[in-house]
Amino acid sequence: MTMIFGVPMAVLSGQLLIGVINGAFYALLSLGLAVIFGLLKIINFAHGAMYMLGAMITVIMFDALGINYWVALFLAPVLVGIAGMLIEYFLLRRIAGQDHIYSLLLTFGVALIIQGVLTNIYGVSGLRYVMPDVFKGGVNLGFMFMPYYRAWVIVVALLVCFGTWYMIEKTKLGAYLRAGTEDSQLMQGFGINVPLLVSLTYGFGVMLAAFAGVLAAPIYSVTPVMGSHILIVVFAVVVIGGMGSIGGAIITGIFMGVVEGLTKTFYPPASSAVIFLVMVVVLMIRPSGLFGKEA
Amino acid sequence: MSQSDIQKTILAQQKSEDRRKLILNTVLLVLLLLAPFAIYPVFLMKILCFALFAVAFNLLFGFTGLLSFGHAAFLATGGYTTGYLLSNYSGLTTEMGIIAGTLVATALGLGFALLAIRRQGIYFAMVTLALAQLVFFFFVQSEFTGGEDGLHGIPRGTLLGVIDLENNLNMYYFVLAVFLGCYLLVQRIISSPYGQVLKAIKQNEPRAVSLGYKVDRYKILAFVISAALAGLAGSMKSVVFELASLNDAHWHMSGEVILMTLVGGMGTLLGPVVGAMFVVNIEYQLAQGPLRDWVDPILGVIFVVTVLAFRGGIVGEVQKFVRKNMG
Amino acid sequence: MTMMKKILTSAVASALLVGGAQAEISDNAVKIGYLADMSGTYRDLAGPNGLKALEMAVADFGGTVNDAPIEIFTADDRNSPDVASSTVRRWIENDKVDMVAGLVASSVTIAATKVIEENGKLGLVNGSAASSITNEHCTANHIHYTYDTYPLSVGTPTAIVKEGGKSWYILTADYAFGHSLEADVTRMVEANGGEVIDTIRHPFPTPDFSSFILQAQASGADVVALANAGADTTNAITTASEFGLTQSGQTLAALLLFLTDVHALGAETAQGIQLTTGWYWDMNEEARAWADRFMEETGVRPTMVHAGVYSSTMHYLKAIEATGSDDAQVVRKHMMDTPINDMFAKNGRIREDGRMVHDMYLAQVKTPEESTSEWDLYKILRTIPADEAFRPLSDSKCKLVSNN
Repeated sequence: MTMIFGVPMAVLSGQLLIGVINGAFYALLSLGLAVIFGLLKIINFAHGAMYMLGAMITVIMFDALGINYWVALFLAPVLVGIAGMLIEYFLLRRIAGQDHIYSLLLTFGVALIIQGVLTNIYGVSGLRYVMPDVFKGGVNLGFMFMPYYRAWVIVVALLVCFGTWYMIEKTKLGAYLRAGTEDSQLMQGFGINVPLLVSLTYGFGVMLAAFAGVLAAPIYSVTPVMGSHILIVVFAVVVIGGMGSIGGAIITGIFMGVVEGLTKTFYPPASSAVIFLVMVVVLMIRPSGLFGKEA
Repeated sequence: MSQSDIQKTILAQQKSEDRRKLILNTVLLVLLLLAPFAIYPVFLMKILCFALFAVAFNLLFGFTGLLSFGHAAFLATGGYTTGYLLSNYSGLTTEMGIIAGTLVATALGLGFALLAIRRQGIYFAMVTLALAQLVFFFFVQSEFTGGEDGLHGIPRGTLLGVIDLENNLNMYYFVLAVFLGCYLLVQRIISSPYGQVLKAIKQNEPRAVSLGYKVDRYKILAFVISAALAGLAGSMKSVVFELASLNDAHWHMSGEVILMTLVGGMGTLLGPVVGAMFVVNIEYQLAQGPLRDWVDPILGVIFVVTVLAFRGGIVGEVQKFVRKNMG
Repeated sequence: MTMMKKILTSAVASALLVGGAQAEISDNAVKIGYLADMSGTYRDLAGPNGLKALEMAVADFGGTVNDAPIEIFTADDRNSPDVASSTVRRWIENDKVDMVAGLVASSVTIAATKVIEENGKLGLVNGSAASSITNEHCTANHIHYTYDTYPLSVGTPTAIVKEGGKSWYILTADYAFGHSLEADVTRMVEANGGEVIDTIRHPFPTPDFSSFILQAQASGADVVALANAGADTTNAITTASEFGLTQSGQTLAALLLFLTDVHALGAETAQGIQLTTGWYWDMNEEARAWADRFMEETGVRPTMVHAGVYSSTMHYLKAIEATGSDDAQVVRKHMMDTPINDMFAKNGRIREDGRMVHDMYLAQVKTPEESTSEWDLYKILRTIPADEAFRPLSDSKCKLVSNN
């Protein structure tokens, strides 16, 4: 067997693939954060809570109403998106124009509330969600066993990421969005409802988080605190990519998944720390992140 | 009114304000001295330690405009260093342990500052957060911290080899003295020319640069002082409680000190102290009461309400009120 | 009148105190503090339902012992040793609490028992896993009741190695708890003729285990053991099931797994996993009867910790009833002298180091076909006798044990 630094080639290929899959999760989550920061200059510390809500709602809807995975894939993000718009309308709007830091503090508070309330209702052991039958099992790729579900995750996550990037960077709607959030008075003058645009943008950003949550429901332990740990990691990813850079968030997400995967192979104890290490190094060399514009 | 009349009135106003301040300060001091006879001393010491932590944080955030999201690292570093030294080297007197803890935290602060200082706003917050996470991982995996068990049974020992700190009252007056010393130090820093430059940096950094100030050096110094005081708070806390734990290193602790400063009133001297008192007390009361399962969501509500309605914090709003209604 | 009575009783009490005998219930009330994680990671295994179990014990005693009312104080420890030590201190000094129950996170437990020791009160530890609580951190003022990591690392590995699982691969949470579990398991595996071929230390917490599971699969080991806890364990099990670890012939062993965790995973995902537990609700008639009452109160089945809280509180109250005193040493001595025979344990006894030793059980998670209801999750494979299960006193580092 071919060995690379004492690790069999087959194992390494498996680890790389796993890294890309985890990276797809990071990409989805950091994309939402980047959209919200890039267009609205809101630092959304409630993003982890929104991811968790996506997963929790999926499970709860299934238990209470028998709503299946496919419906949840659309319905849960929409519900969370609406919740996000309400948060934007009732809370975030009131601090528009203030220092960004206030949006961080406000959303941190919102996250504490959502997590705390759900913990009291559902406990912390986790809710059970059975994987849809169609995804059960997997295929042997020779170097690893690839569960069907992970294959699905990578495909759908990348599709959504690319679609979002295309919509914001290449379409007219995206142009309105970028213009509306950059120079709201001008766009208001063109008869565009900018406040609504802002609400929709925030709602869309948290929808992406919730979508990642639905994807996570069958494979991770669904608990009210599942988002609080990943939040910090995803923030690091966005900062590495350059806050507000849509494409940067996607590429960095996948890249960091791979970096983390390799660390898990060669030196597992450092695999949590490695992302933060990369972040510090990147910011030393490129103050605005890998893909950020110089501030 | 002539020019001199105006000057006289201003002087008189200043005098009466000075007197008011003097009276207020004296009353506060007497209250602080008597407090341990009415309130449980360890609880008071906890408040003082957190108040010092928040004052340290506020020096950076409130007066220099740098949001550090990693101050827990200094609190924990101070605590672990002091705890480890006092537990393992019985020859050390307590103040030597505390000084050592503070120095290590200061050195760490210098490291953070050198890496982070060029970044601004949210990037600064994120770099400090990332560095603090690295420190956290280090503590989790290290054997000397006792991992999730923490360090226990740290001896309080004696002050200068003479005063027995096992006695809660002695310990309290020691913590109080350190706290007041640091508080006065921060007050001096802020009103000094150096403090004025910090404020200028906060208001308009490019202008401070164009005025020829070496802004980075000012900021690094502010960061290092802040880290040192935060480390000192952690060191004292570990001696007071006779333990040091991972909770102090977790990023939630960095969030909590932001909450304290914000609720109390950032950019005011007294604000963080009031905020620490408020947050520590409310957490304690809630954890005991019928709402004990709801502490986190209630803290969340306090965050939200403060940001939306009382951005000045308790002290800031009171000041505003006093200025408006009492001329 | 009552005032007079109070003065009189306290006069009598202090007279007796001077006399050296303490056959009296202090302040004419038995005050119990329940300190546990009510809102964080350990909420479900003890938490609010543990309080329910404690209240059930008090109610079963009629709310009084020898006419002295039993009062309960409760607080959330927020998993913080600072909070724990100041809460316990205030309970003891202001509220005159006699006994503290619950106690989950090891940092919280160690901090609380230090304060309890200083003040000469009693602590009944039920939630904690760390075996150090009755080893290097033992005090004459607390009892560790339900379980600890020692039997967890004895029971499961011994049984599996004997069944032929010779080569082991251990996934360890990279902190003190995981390290000590890893060391214990390695020792047991080797003692029984098995071999640990590799260990991986993963950071705590780790949200995604696929990378580690893949490495475990590639190792070709017979057994993959999880030396971690809580969400790390459940995430690892979910991923192992997804990647078909057990289908490819490897055995999965979880060292610390609570009923609530298995319930969250469900029989489909968790089936076949072997684990060691101190108690299971469906293990005998008495346990079932109590679990039914518990379910009426809470809507869920009790974990071993819930049962331990109930049993230890009953044992404590009975000791007060028998001795007429709530003095910690008097009560502790009586608790040590009396064997425990109830819904929790048969012939359980409390050793001088404060460890309550009782039979432990090797269990296996049922398959969905075997499981007849939501909570019908374990089948008991083997009883691990008390003497075999817990750390022998001859290995003890506890200061109370005479061989030191």
